[in-house]
Amino acid sequence: MSTWREGAVNGIPIALGYLAVSFSFGILAKNAGLSAMDAVIMSGTSLTSAGQFAGLTLIATSAALMEVIFAQLIINSRYFLMSASLSQRIDPSTPISHRMIMAFGITDEVFGVSTAVKGTLSPFYTYGVMSVAIPGWMLGTFLGAYSGDILPGNMVSALSIALYGMLIAVIIPPAKGDKVLSGIILISMVGSLLFSVIPLLQMISSGVKIIVLTFLIAGIAAYLFPVKEETEHE
Amino acid sequence: MSNVYLYLLVMAMVTYLIRVLPLTLIRKEIKNTYVKSFLYYVPYVTLAVMIFPAILDATASPVSGLVGFVVAIIIAYYGKGLFTVSLFACLSVFIVEWFL
Repeated sequence: MSTWREGAVNGIPIALGYLAVSFSFGILAKNAGLSAMDAVIMSGTSLTSAGQFAGLTLIATSAALMEVIFAQLIINSRYFLMSASLSQRIDPSTPISHRMIMAFGITDEVFGVSTAVKGTLSPFYTYGVMSVAIPGWMLGTFLGAYSGDILPGNMVSALSIALYGMLIAVIIPPAKGDKVLSGIILISMVGSLLFSVIPLLQMISSGVKIIVLTFLIAGIAAYLFPVKEETEHE
Repeated sequence: MSNVYLYLLVMAMVTYLIRVLPLTLIRKEIKNTYVKSFLYYVPYVTLAVMIFPAILDATASPVSGLVGFVVAIIIAYYGKGLFTVSLFACLSVFIVEWFL
């Protein structure tokens, strides 16, 4: 299955990046009092870095379940938009079973590479990415929780940028020679920077920041530069 | 701590519901140009917002993060694939931190 393979290959840089991030997560999970197995179960079922880091704090402080629900809703609300965006990239006749399996794996990075596919997105491509990325996320969690000093610090640091490199490789090529997309990317980064340096905006969590900026920037862009049928996604 | 599995279950369920609802409920191609355009622009905004300035805090030092960021953009601009871009970003971070 070549589509699956193609996805699996693109899942490798994600898995490497996940290894580094989930390694740090595993160390924190252990410090929060979770067993290595509990940490791996959380990684394998939630697949959300920021959500899991928040989850650790909530579990360690025995927070109310309503608090957990509320925190996860806010932190992970961006997946709602990503999922909606992907719904327009797959064949409308895709059966619900495929949609349900694909949905499980929508992380920032899996979404990123899936959205970079030209034309219609096949569920098998996304499965390929998931089948490499998810084990990487779980393995890193296990290594971090089981033995926090197995990976040298400079390697973790270098691998930590892998995910960002991948996301950059997703958004830059289509923006090349496209003034609207280039402008949107630039404005988004400047907006994001403002949220992290302006004291009042700093208090807003990163999940909320992503949602607010997406509605604002993509909302205005859609109004000013509606996408025509022909130019849409080649 | 005894009910840690209850926490894990709630987290997994909430996160999955957020992901599964749009993909299963939006079964048709959206015809509305505005909504269509909005969804087309979503990935560029969300990913760009996530990349910067967070990338500066991802590595051991903001300097190596910035170098990795610039290297990734240049290599991506020349149309290299995801793996190559990631690899060179990692290598540049590794090399810069070697000298810091």
